[in-house]
Amino acid sequence: MKQQMPRLIVLVFGAFLLFQFFVPHESSERAYEFLLDWILIIGVFALAVGIWSLFHVHVDKIRTRKVGWKYSYVTLVGFVSMIMFGLTAQNGQEWGWFFPFLVSVILTVLMVVQALSSKGRAPTYLGLAGLFTLVAILIANFDNDWSFYFQTAVPLRAYLFRSTFDNVLVSLHATMFSLLAFFIASAAYRAFRARNVMATLLLLAALIVMSRFNPYLAPVFGEYVAKLSNWLMNVPNMAAQRAIIMGVGLGMVATALKVILGIERNYMGRG
Amino acid sequence: MNIFDRLMLIDRRWVFLFLVIVSVFAYVADFQVPIMVEPEVRNIYRFIDTLPIGSVVFLPLDYDPGSMAELHPMTFAIVEQCWRKELKVLITALSQNGPGMADEALRKLVDSMKVPRTYHGITYPAREIVNGVDYVFLGYKPYPAMVILGMGQNFRLPFPLDYYGTPLDSLPMMRGLFNYDDIACAINISGTNATDFWISYGQGRYGFPLAIGVTGVSTAQYYPYYGSGQLFGIMGGMLGAAQYEELADNAGNAKGAMRVQLSAHLVIIAFVIMGNIGFFATMRKRKREKIEGRR
Repeated sequence: MKQQMPRLIVLVFGAFLLFQFFVPHESSERAYEFLLDWILIIGVFALAVGIWSLFHVHVDKIRTRKVGWKYSYVTLVGFVSMIMFGLTAQNGQEWGWFFPFLVSVILTVLMVVQALSSKGRAPTYLGLAGLFTLVAILIANFDNDWSFYFQTAVPLRAYLFRSTFDNVLVSLHATMFSLLAFFIASAAYRAFRARNVMATLLLLAALIVMSRFNPYLAPVFGEYVAKLSNWLMNVPNMAAQRAIIMGVGLGMVATALKVILGIERNYMGRG
Repeated sequence: MNIFDRLMLIDRRWVFLFLVIVSVFAYVADFQVPIMVEPEVRNIYRFIDTLPIGSVVFLPLDYDPGSMAELHPMTFAIVEQCWRKELKVLITALSQNGPGMADEALRKLVDSMKVPRTYHGITYPAREIVNGVDYVFLGYKPYPAMVILGMGQNFRLPFPLDYYGTPLDSLPMMRGLFNYDDIACAINISGTNATDFWISYGQGRYGFPLAIGVTGVSTAQYYPYYGSGQLFGIMGGMLGAAQYEELADNAGNAKGAMRVQLSAHLVIIAFVIMGNIGFFATMRKRKREKIEGRR
């Protein structure tokens, strides 16, 4: 039964959605909308699983003292802080007791993490977690300078959320991405050597595409480089990409059919 | 070790150092590089430019801060063009950090519209851009494929409220705007694989005109869709953004950044050439030594 029920559900819904695509009738569209709603709802549960997984992975890292375990504290503190920033907003100009509240929440989480990762002192840490939770609840209850916003998107435009996003997250992402330029430059220098015919073709194609529209090279090569580059993109590249896309597409159709027909069962945790 | 051996084995820190020096110089120096425009980009500009007043341009902004250097300028140039042309803009963000990107761009663009500007010799007066009238920002929902399919039925299905928590039905712009049949085109600016979903599940299933703005590294993989007519335009990376700014006569970050990009490319080309000179010279030397050894 454990095996057959999921296979039956996959067969029925997979086959239905496959045929629904070709049936433009109103009732078919309505059933499709209903199923889309379901998919979105199930998806939100998967998000919750993802959040739990993030927490679990980092607690495990701290517990087993894996390489870089100290950074897991940074991740957890950032995680909790960002959630708090996204759920709260000032009511006026004053912050009131918001920051002691934030510290209490962070300490609560850290105490829970310590309780999960320490062997003999778990009750002490759990007691401290309870104490910090109590402090956080009291502050949230009696401080009127800020509030929780669960139903509206007010905090998304509030100062803390916006400034953390704009000044921390954006800068970190941009830094990580811009480091790639250096690695690409170093990798290009090492990899682009005309060792054989294929490597020479790759080298020439890379140089041509890189130097297209480069006005510094225009006096030497004129518009030939740009034209050659456009040809490379529109002819050999397009042909190769088409072949890849068609191959992947056919593979996806085959896999989907195998899943619907119950031949492929990896999604249930066994082959 | 002779000079050719050295050319082949330059320490990567020298490559980094040269790249930094050239990039900083190109960033600080005040000069413009001429931008040549490709037809893929021109198609998008012309499409938007010829839309009648009041048309809705759908702009899914599916990128994170990592790719904002390349993709943010596209958003700025397109949205500003739309608003100056009195078109309406519908926005979603289907990547996790996309809403932050879209919200930031919207705040800056709404401010920039308060100033009269001249493009191609035509002066556009200052305008007060109103949320819900000139634009609607639907926000983020996870699982792009599902959301794209849902919006094909009705925008209200995945997004009953907009990003700011207002019911879609109470927004003036959303009157008569139900699904992809009611938009003039969609321009997906993306640094994620959401573009694949927009092509397969959006354009493929519902057939609306779709163009894309993607990062430089992923541009090549979307050319087949341009060739097949599924995409009416492609903007590729910083170059694509700079070309759009050139067409819109709205010089922004991309045109400025082209100085840095083109200079950095020259550094990379120079190092590749040096490496190959060293490679060929040492290869010839080894061949000669081999022949002499046989003798």
